[in-house]
Amino acid sequence: MINTVAPSQTKDIVCIICPNGCRIHCEQTQAGVQYSGQKCKRGVEYATAELSHPMRTLTTSVKTVFPEAPVISVRTDGEIEKAKLIDVAKALAKVIVNQRVKIGDIIAQNVCGTGVNIICTSDRLVHHY
Amino acid sequence: MMQEITFDVTIIGAGPAGLAAALAADKAGAKTLLIEREARLGGILKQCIHDGFGLVRFGEKLSGPEYAERYIEQLPNSNVTVLTLSFVSEIHRDQNDSILTVITREGIQQIRTRALIFATGCRERTSRQIGVQGHHCAGVFTAGTAQYYTNILGKLPTKRCVVLGSGDIGLIMARRLTLEGAEVVGVYEAKPTPSGLTRNVSQCLWDFEIPLHTSKTVTRVFGDARLTAVEIASVDARIRPIAGTEEIIPCDALILSVGLIPENELAESIGVPIDAKTKGAVVDEQNETMLRGVFACGNALHVNDLVDYVSESGEIAGKAAARQDRKSRGLIPVECDNSLLYVVPQRICRNAEELERIFFFRSTRDMDNASLTITKNGITLYTKKYAHLRPPEMERLPLLLKPEQITGNEPLRFHLEES
Repeated sequence: MINTVAPSQTKDIVCIICPNGCRIHCEQTQAGVQYSGQKCKRGVEYATAELSHPMRTLTTSVKTVFPEAPVISVRTDGEIEKAKLIDVAKALAKVIVNQRVKIGDIIAQNVCGTGVNIICTSDRLVHHY
Repeated sequence: MMQEITFDVTIIGAGPAGLAAALAADKAGAKTLLIEREARLGGILKQCIHDGFGLVRFGEKLSGPEYAERYIEQLPNSNVTVLTLSFVSEIHRDQNDSILTVITREGIQQIRTRALIFATGCRERTSRQIGVQGHHCAGVFTAGTAQYYTNILGKLPTKRCVVLGSGDIGLIMARRLTLEGAEVVGVYEAKPTPSGLTRNVSQCLWDFEIPLHTSKTVTRVFGDARLTAVEIASVDARIRPIAGTEEIIPCDALILSVGLIPENELAESIGVPIDAKTKGAVVDEQNETMLRGVFACGNALHVNDLVDYVSESGEIAGKAAARQDRKSRGLIPVECDNSLLYVVPQRICRNAEELERIFFFRSTRDMDNASLTITKNGITLYTKKYAHLRPPEMERLPLLLKPEQITGNEPLRFHLEES
């Protein structure tokens, strides 16, 4: 993927990696994209990805057959393309959990061909409290 | 005669602050009781299924339930006594002890405790508290209630909604409802700038092209049995609606994210002094209130942005409560002028053993290149530069103060200035 800001253009990106929420100023120069405003190098990595192929973790819930927890929280075990968030959420709306899963258990594999799995993030179905 | 059970440390509330406090008190050797009114531990984290929790403490992006589990899983290996589905109905003081009346599944119990920790969290402001009046229809939810419906009950509370207020939960719910297939028409904020963290504006609204309208508010709601529409108007600098700017937006729900207030009814019932700025207890750096042996931590103390700091504050309170130290504190007031919204703690102990104190503050307004100055007796003890300060983003400041720097009763004064 080509990593650019349109010539002589600038773009401000808010880093979502940590609570600092650095506002990263990206500027296209002849030497490539220059980044400023980030407090750490993860900001540069995030902004670089953001300019070419934005990636996100998806957190959502899926239905279960258990009345005490009609839904259980899940997330992707890695990042997926930002553009696929809604597609994956829609696909997960059809999933129904019928086992007492715990944190880390895989709910769906290679969801929508993204190469990442959906894992359970709650012990609600296995804990008494 | 009702049997009275005795504990060294009792914690009310088993959310992130209470869990951390209980484990810290237990680790310090105290006979510890943790009281929770719900059936399950974890407090609000149970329904916060989004990620981003634990970056500071664990270096990982955890969801709320995963973060809570890091503490809950330690309980079976501790000596903490846990009471769920138990409600503290009354507290009274006996010398330095607190006597709690607790309604449990077994009946009413009397608990005597040497130290008491309030970890009661905060509550959402409701439509009544922001002047959206006259509605009797269903469909007006706080963001937290909408979150409970969606993430715990698995019931989508809306098909098409307006979010009023840009607090973090509102932003997170705008994304959450969108992912579940609801249409979020927009987020409306009466103030000129968003109330939530910038990263949440980015990842919750921009990612899903949900519009954010600042300086606009909801002025009326329509509907009989169920909400059918809301009226939006622009507001002036004093948040008064401007005539002629009204527009009607058809929707079936209004989701409110208009602020959080620490819950302190129980603390106030025993006379714990409350800070008008934070709406939480006035505490020293150990999170001990102005009543000896009574502590407050987490969002009951002041509303935090990050659960990591909530846990930290619980640990500080739990450890100090276990110590049962009742020697004179030598309290020095900590004050701020109107460049800061607040500073916590509001007192420091001159006689504290630890020299490092952790302060939390928020600026009153957005500031660039701000400098913080802390003075005492007109002498500058500390300065620090900040590139950006925003009221929604809380600052944590660990500060080493030597005994010779904090002699006398003069307050420690915090001041911010833009350069």
